[in-house]
Amino acid sequence: MAEPAGLSLRHLTKSFGALTATDDLSLEVRPGEVHAIIGPNGAGKTTLIAQIAGELTPSAGDIYLDGECVTPLAGPERSLRGIARSFQITCLCHRFSALTNVALAVQAHSGHSFRFWRAAARDVALQAAASEVLARVGLAERAQVMAGHLAHGEQRQLELAVALATRPRLLVLDEPMAGMGKEDSARMIALLKQIRGTCTIVLVEHDMDAVFALADRVSVLVYGRCIATGTPQHIRANAEVRHAYLGDDGEVTHD
Amino acid sequence: MIARTRRPELPLRLLVALAVMLLAFALLPLVAQWFGSPYFIRLGTRVMVFAIAAVSLDLILGYGGMVSFGHATYVGVAAYVVAILAHHGANEPLLLLGMSVPGTANAWIAWPAAILAASLIALVVGAISLRTTGIYFIMITLAFTQMVYFLFLSLQQYGADEGLRLANRSELLGLDLGNRVVMYYVTLVALVLVLFGGWKLVHSRFGMVLRGCQQNARRMEAIGFRSYRYKLAAFVIAGATAGLAGVLQVNNEAFVSTADLHWLRSADLLIMVILGGVGTLFGPVVGAVAWVLLELWLEGLTVHWHVILGPVLIFIVLFAKNGLWGLLLGRGDDRG
Amino acid sequence: MSPLLIIEQTLNGLQFGVTLFLMAAGLTLVFGVMNLVNLAHGSMFMLGAYALVMFERLTGSFVLGLLCAIPATALVGVVIEVLVMRTLYRRDHLDQSLATIGLILLLNEGVRIVWGKLPLKAALPAAVSGSVEILPGVAYPVFRLVVIAVGVLVALAMWWLVTRTRIGMLVRAGASDREMIGMLGVDIKKLCTIVFGIGTALAGLAGMMAAPIIGVQSGMGDNVLILTLVVIVIGGAGSVRGAFIAALAVGLFDTFGRVLLPPAVASMVIYILMAAVLLWRPQGLFGQHA
Repeated sequence: MAEPAGLSLRHLTKSFGALTATDDLSLEVRPGEVHAIIGPNGAGKTTLIAQIAGELTPSAGDIYLDGECVTPLAGPERSLRGIARSFQITCLCHRFSALTNVALAVQAHSGHSFRFWRAAARDVALQAAASEVLARVGLAERAQVMAGHLAHGEQRQLELAVALATRPRLLVLDEPMAGMGKEDSARMIALLKQIRGTCTIVLVEHDMDAVFALADRVSVLVYGRCIATGTPQHIRANAEVRHAYLGDDGEVTHD
Repeated sequence: MIARTRRPELPLRLLVALAVMLLAFALLPLVAQWFGSPYFIRLGTRVMVFAIAAVSLDLILGYGGMVSFGHATYVGVAAYVVAILAHHGANEPLLLLGMSVPGTANAWIAWPAAILAASLIALVVGAISLRTTGIYFIMITLAFTQMVYFLFLSLQQYGADEGLRLANRSELLGLDLGNRVVMYYVTLVALVLVLFGGWKLVHSRFGMVLRGCQQNARRMEAIGFRSYRYKLAAFVIAGATAGLAGVLQVNNEAFVSTADLHWLRSADLLIMVILGGVGTLFGPVVGAVAWVLLELWLEGLTVHWHVILGPVLIFIVLFAKNGLWGLLLGRGDDRG
Repeated sequence: MSPLLIIEQTLNGLQFGVTLFLMAAGLTLVFGVMNLVNLAHGSMFMLGAYALVMFERLTGSFVLGLLCAIPATALVGVVIEVLVMRTLYRRDHLDQSLATIGLILLLNEGVRIVWGKLPLKAALPAAVSGSVEILPGVAYPVFRLVVIAVGVLVALAMWWLVTRTRIGMLVRAGASDREMIGMLGVDIKKLCTIVFGIGTALAGLAGMMAAPIIGVQSGMGDNVLILTLVVIVIGGAGSVRGAFIAALAVGLFDTFGRVLLPPAVASMVIYILMAAVLLWRPQGLFGQHA
């Protein structure tokens, strides 16, 4: 596994016509830490993730991965550099099995894919690596099931598996627990605790239990700007943050 | 324990269906001769030529999600290249860019040249068209087809809309391609090779990426695949294979015309894929057989057979969505 | 090239462009609102021309023939919409393309059965059948000027319809968010039928305007269809404004291309134009939908 990478966002700005989704945002994520990003709806969290992952080009500003400027790189190249991303709304190949979904992610990072003859399914190294990742997220039993037929919680687990299969240095998770019940959420938190340290994790979440259980530091996004960064306890007590969420109503609680 | 993706072996039903199909094709010339109807041999070759073109279209349509309305272009261009080279081989040399290029009927030169021409055009058309999606892609492939059509229509020296006769059949390994039985089996071999190669391709690393891009391009880009490159490569491979169909076609018919480049011919190929079963690889073969036979039968009924074909086509599109291959094999959704 | 030739060819280009606009406006509207690819649109062009000839012969007058032919063509469009198009709205573009090709086959052969294979002629009233001297030494056919005028009028009418009427508002709303208009409590079915009827009438009108110039025969709409698609791709699917600009551009480029370049290259000019626009903007000049 490669070394966890640090992420540096400097003066990142993204405008859609008159709407500024990301407003001169600067942020430092230390290598190996779990850094949560929270904020009220409309704060621009998904837009930010899209920029980090390379799906959106910023209007201004730069993104650095371990000191290397990755702004000019498109999504696929960033993945090859070590940035993996999971989607808020499940984004899988529904007609492929869970194992195949993961195997494709492994394949993307092991040599080129302009091979036209040998069956991918007979590539033992690929399949073994994919199985191992699936086992790690707890889906070993469901390897042959079509992704479209998995339960919602299992699909979220598969999302994570696909991202992990690319052996990332930076893992960007967009609400990994979206739509999950208590049990599934707890399982996901336990899983994320396990991988903590093996790579840097940027976590966008609404579920405050998860944020406090996992995050080393938290950044708060409001209207595209980062208004505070600190430990979870520090953020919890921060008056500005409380105001942004609830308008002076007390502690920051989950939705 | 390593969980393995099911190896892409052919399930029994599929194997049986393929064996029957192969047997039927292999025996056709013998049966036709026995019944004293050698016409069916040339017809059979014609069907197989369409089948090769339709299978190549299924690669990009059924496995790549690219709705190309210009696939006939690659068949037609390859056919023209062979015919033009044969023409200059029998007559005066071709004046190209100030050089005098002698024509030839040698298959080892003409056929690769034809397939290369088809591939180059596919590369250019694909490179531009694949920057778009959805309806734009459909319309652009249609437009490019027209462009090539008008180009050849303007070439008076090669017959324009009256077409060009094949001066000499291609010389391949000493085979007499003028002999309809020989031509038939050469085409059958080509079809089998195309199907075999296609099967390998869709299960290879490349094929898996292509199919992934069809299902979810966003996901594929996120894990590190540039979907444009894979789609373009598939487009060119399909174009080259269609070119193979073209060289066989012109040798079978001894003739090529701009009708082979018309967008309605591309629509014919799409219909064969749909009728046979999109994304089944083998279905388009059945689709080609069914469509050619249907047209023949209707042609025999009335000179105004288009007025029947139209509604039949509408009916097929609306109600025969899964294709004949799916019907023959029962619903098998095993893809992966 | 002499200035007189330039003027003449510019007018020709505008006349051709206006014809393409009539075609493209209808087709792009139908696509924008109903997400429908209708390759039989060229057949509506043909039907309009045949309807004109038929009513002209019945009434003995070009103008009366025109006034009868337009609603007649629209009616045919409505019938087709109810019988065939309604089932196609839910299908993907490939299905729509192939099914409407089936319609082309049916209609092309249908007119051959009714009117025969030979081309028909549409007679012009004496008032517009001659030429007029638009500039000293430049005689230009009056009817072509009429066509340009009709096209500009229709463009203005479309602009008024889309920006100033309730239907136009629904069309614009539908074009940018199809699910929305359903939620507005609008009778979607009727809206679709009306839009399709308008589209068909426009295509038919284009055919009627073209009939006296190019004659009337089966399949006359097929080539126009492809050019219309090129116009829509360049202008952006769903945009009437884009259709107008692109149609005039294509009309002018094609006309001047034929005058200045050898025939083989001339046919390719507009496709090269299309490719160039797409390399710059893959969704066309004013496109919204993919």
